[in-house]
Amino acid sequence: MVLVTVEVNGSSYQHEVEPRMLLVQYLRETLGLTGTNIGCDTSSCGACTVLLNGESVKSCTLLAVQADGAAIVTIEGLSGPDGALHPVQEAFHQHHALQCGYCTPGMVMAAVSLLAEEGELDERGVREGLEGNLCRCTGYHNIVRAVLACAGDRAPVGEVGAAGAAAS
Amino acid sequence: MIPAAFEYVRAESAEEAVALLVEHGDDAKLIAGGHSLLPLMKLRLATPTVLVDIGRVPGLSYIEERGDEIAIGALARHHDLETSAVLKEQVPLLAATAHQVGDPQVRHRGTLGGTLAHGDPASDLPAAVLALGGTLVAQGPNGRREISALEFFRGFLETALGADEVLVEIRVPKAAGAGWSFQKFNRRAQDWAIVGVAAVVNGTTGIALVNMGSTPLRATAVEEAVRSGASVTDAAAAASQGTDPPSDVNASSEYRRHLATVLVRRALEEASS
Repeated sequence: MVLVTVEVNGSSYQHEVEPRMLLVQYLRETLGLTGTNIGCDTSSCGACTVLLNGESVKSCTLLAVQADGAAIVTIEGLSGPDGALHPVQEAFHQHHALQCGYCTPGMVMAAVSLLAEEGELDERGVREGLEGNLCRCTGYHNIVRAVLACAGDRAPVGEVGAAGAAAS
Repeated sequence: MIPAAFEYVRAESAEEAVALLVEHGDDAKLIAGGHSLLPLMKLRLATPTVLVDIGRVPGLSYIEERGDEIAIGALARHHDLETSAVLKEQVPLLAATAHQVGDPQVRHRGTLGGTLAHGDPASDLPAAVLALGGTLVAQGPNGRREISALEFFRGFLETALGADEVLVEIRVPKAAGAGWSFQKFNRRAQDWAIVGVAAVVNGTTGIALVNMGSTPLRATAVEEAVRSGASVTDAAAAASQGTDPPSDVNASSEYRRHLATVLVRRALEEASS
């Protein structure tokens, strides 16, 4: 067993973990933070995306011991202390950027990381920036609309999709 | 999917990592970002009994100018490469290739040293380093030695690294004004290349192929044709010479040979334009 100290959503935790425990297991099973989903379990789908020191990572392909000392944010940690939605969550809500919702936590966390890294984002940038996240409902158009809304893109939302078809 | 049980040790320096490899022998495996190794361990295709974590070794993430070369610490991540101002200016092929790897989450974790040491012929960055004629620096019990990228890839997932060596640095020649191209053909976002081509035209022409054999390959027949003044189309026709591409669910070997000629032609056209 290895002692791991992490900060998750602003709180410090310390646990003895088996070295082979994946970060996603630690978050879900040890801390009970089940907002982070397991989808493909092969680092393809992005459902398990969390922020590790501010950057998006797939928590199914990270050992909990590798995250020792890191600051982690999961979907549960995005909203304000008063429960107000994070701007990206709010945009997903406003633009109906979810259908079944399974990919949503990972999609939101990937979008938060993308928006933090990129100064300017157009539709193509959003689509490429979210290439690590799959939506099994194929509800991509509204997801892209939501992220573009956060990026301050002033392109009429009705045009979203046409450029994406050309870019793909 | 959970990996088989293993003992975890964290190395604080390259020297300590080497000592741990010497101590544990073949049972040990190095891990940095883990994005090549962990998927294999989860599938139990790799079952190391000791995992030596070098991900926190300080001072191995640099990307810096050193004379006519750019020196890159083995722990520099794909994200570091794709966003490095010095790399974008001096070796744009490498920065652009890094941007093509996986997806943003993968690029936040995967390292240049890791992808080279893993030696997967379907990976993008090994071909770019090969096309550039890079130099790899390995640290072992008897100190450091340099290995040419041309000598580094030995077989499927096999490299010239000894079982007790750690890849610590990668150096590539500066190529600021050189023509370059990275062509990657795949069918879905974030997929591996079905075939890829890295090309740099810098006085001499270096071309390397992704997924056209058991290792990343230099397209020497194409390079010779270019040297002897052949047209782009004629030179590209030699792209599959000396290759042994796999047949799999994505493409037949024959299709890959055809793709290589198409992508090499595009790469030469782009690098020469």
